Amino acid sequence: MKLAYAIPAAGIAALTSAYASAETITIATVNNNDMVIMQELSDRFEEEHPDIELDWVVLEENVLRQRVTNDIATEGGQFDVMTIGTYEAPMWGERGWLEPLDDLPEDYQVDDLIKPVRDGLSHDGVLQALPFYAESSMMYYRTDLFEEHGIEMPDQPTWSEVRDWAEQLHDPDNDLAGICLRGKPGWGENMAFVSTLVNTFGGRWFDEDWNPELNSEEWQTAIEFYVELLGEYGPPGASSNGFNENQALFSSGKCAMWVDATSAAGRIYNPDESSVADDLGFAPAPVAETPKGSHWLWSWALAIPATSESKEAAKTFITWATSQEYVELVGEEEGWTSVPPGTRESTYANEKYQEAAPFADFVLNAIREADPTDSTLEPNPYLGVQFVGIPEFQSIGTQVGQQIAAALTGDRSVEDALNAVQRSVERDMERAGYLD
Amino acid sequence: MSAVQTKRPWVGVLAWVIALIIFFPILWMVLTGFKTEADAIASPSLFFTPTLESYVEVQGRADYPKHAFNSITISLASTLLALLIAIPSAYAMAFLPTKRTKATLLWMLSTKMLPPVGVLMPIYLLSRDLGLLDTRTGLTIVYTMMNLPIVVWMLYTFFKDLPRDILEAGRMDGANTFQEVTLLLLPLSMPGIASTGLLSIILSWNEAFWSLNLTASKAAPLTAYIASFSSPEGLFWAKLSAASTMAIAPILIFGWMTQKQMVRGLTFGAVK
Repeated sequence: MKLAYAIPAAGIAALTSAYASAETITIATVNNNDMVIMQELSDRFEEEHPDIELDWVVLEENVLRQRVTNDIATEGGQFDVMTIGTYEAPMWGERGWLEPLDDLPEDYQVDDLIKPVRDGLSHDGVLQALPFYAESSMMYYRTDLFEEHGIEMPDQPTWSEVRDWAEQLHDPDNDLAGICLRGKPGWGENMAFVSTLVNTFGGRWFDEDWNPELNSEEWQTAIEFYVELLGEYGPPGASSNGFNENQALFSSGKCAMWVDATSAAGRIYNPDESSVADDLGFAPAPVAETPKGSHWLWSWALAIPATSESKEAAKTFITWATSQEYVELVGEEEGWTSVPPGTRESTYANEKYQEAAPFADFVLNAIREADPTDSTLEPNPYLGVQFVGIPEFQSIGTQVGQQIAAALTGDRSVEDALNAVQRSVERDMERAGYLD
Repeated sequence: MSAVQTKRPWVGVLAWVIALIIFFPILWMVLTGFKTEADAIASPSLFFTPTLESYVEVQGRADYPKHAFNSITISLASTLLALLIAIPSAYAMAFLPTKRTKATLLWMLSTKMLPPVGVLMPIYLLSRDLGLLDTRTGLTIVYTMMNLPIVVWMLYTFFKDLPRDILEAGRMDGANTFQEVTLLLLPLSMPGIASTGLLSIILSWNEAFWSLNLTASKAAPLTAYIASFSSPEGLFWAKLSAASTMAIAPILIFGWMTQKQMVRGLTFGAVK
């Protein structure tokens, strides 16, 4: 039992030293590289602001989302700063759950934030959260393999070209897949990619009266194309690969092409984490019928829940963590490829960043051109490129994602899968009151 | 035992194989904690250069003593509380049963069949209104309720196996109910109570659903500490393994020290 006494004693000592007189703000955040760097550098913030103490709650993305949603919907008030995305910010802002960020200090330079990102985090033109980093999607490919096969990458690849290349490059005997794409079901996993594919094939989730269009011709064509492409030229077990799995496959040289988040660029371009860093090519996300909505827009952002009792201190922190000075601090301390990308025009104007990150222009263009207010060929009633900004979408998106994964594994035909989800989404939308 | 061993050596071999299979994931976790992140995702290998890199990083990123303190207080307090409630109720059911006792016991167990997420919202709202969110008290109460059915059931089976004559003899000698319980029942069933308590401590220690949902930072136990190292992107296996090793170390040592009581308790009354 001696051990059992020793540990509480150490714990009490640690506790009493941690709770000094300063105002403590509790920050809920996701566990990814950028956020870990923020946590490490936050010592600087605490030095500059001795009256503010930071308390961190770091969680995996899905757990975090559930956790903060519960808390904000029930006004639990456990957090002073929450990490949320472009999906949540406008919806929560509309419900008055977030502190509107309309009186930011002048030196914060709000206009420096890249416009689509700012729009994606606003409700009625008022920012609801400050972007910590933002991403779009783009294509990564292996320049060595493309050269070997005499393929030249055009400025804007099309999906039919991509299929031809995948066919040429696919070499399962040597553990090389022609293309890697997301297959793991989930609204933030396969559906993020599939939605952009449907967009560029000319489809949309809902018409202007909220009638689902999931078994439309465009969806059929897009999903059949996806199932054939990934089924024939994808890695084995593609239906269980999400972002992380594909990143591991691509960076260990097992994929010739990969279409996914721009935020992966820094890591697969880093020779410590990737064996293909020297042969890495970048291209915009491929298009089909229309360039609209062919690449997504996502941002992790810091918001202050309306229930927080330390709003001023929280605001001081989030303006620090999303400022230009912070970007420079990361650049100097951690190296320029590690700076949080996609949020500020000034980051991309910085020569040091351009030099360190040859993919910078692709990322900036992709983000600038992603328009969450106009993401499909035909007009739609929703906000979002790779998602539909309504609370029901998490469940709808995941449900559709599961059926598409079933079509990918061959458990059911594309037609059956799409007809089934069309019926169930119609029912969901009726029940939620969107349809008569 | 030695006669059995010489006659059937395969029993021993089989026991070792099963033990190794059960132990292997834990061993792998401990090994992974000493690898670099790159080694951790490389092809599985037993040979690598051990490093403390992950431990250093894990230490830098989260406050281990705080989480460990929370885990220890919450699991001990909830176990004591559960025993305090369960001993009288198990006593009543074992020695003074009514015709509804069996049904009550079954009903108690049936509450364990409900997935916890089904009552997440009510419990969350109750905790919020009572000011128990992110407090050790709140989590202690939830864990007590969570383990109570199992604790009552186990104690009930232990108590039932006690010869009633001894208690009756005590009563004849003039012992009141309180003395009967404290002087006869408790000492006689100590192995059972000890193993029940140990099981309850382990269950509370490992519980992750409520601890993740009801705590933020102040009362977060070690399960929340482990969860903070899981990540949807980037490499994290070595750090996660290092954090997990540190989180299970106290309970593993505790379990190892109390092994004798546990085994004695669990097999108590099994051979009759």
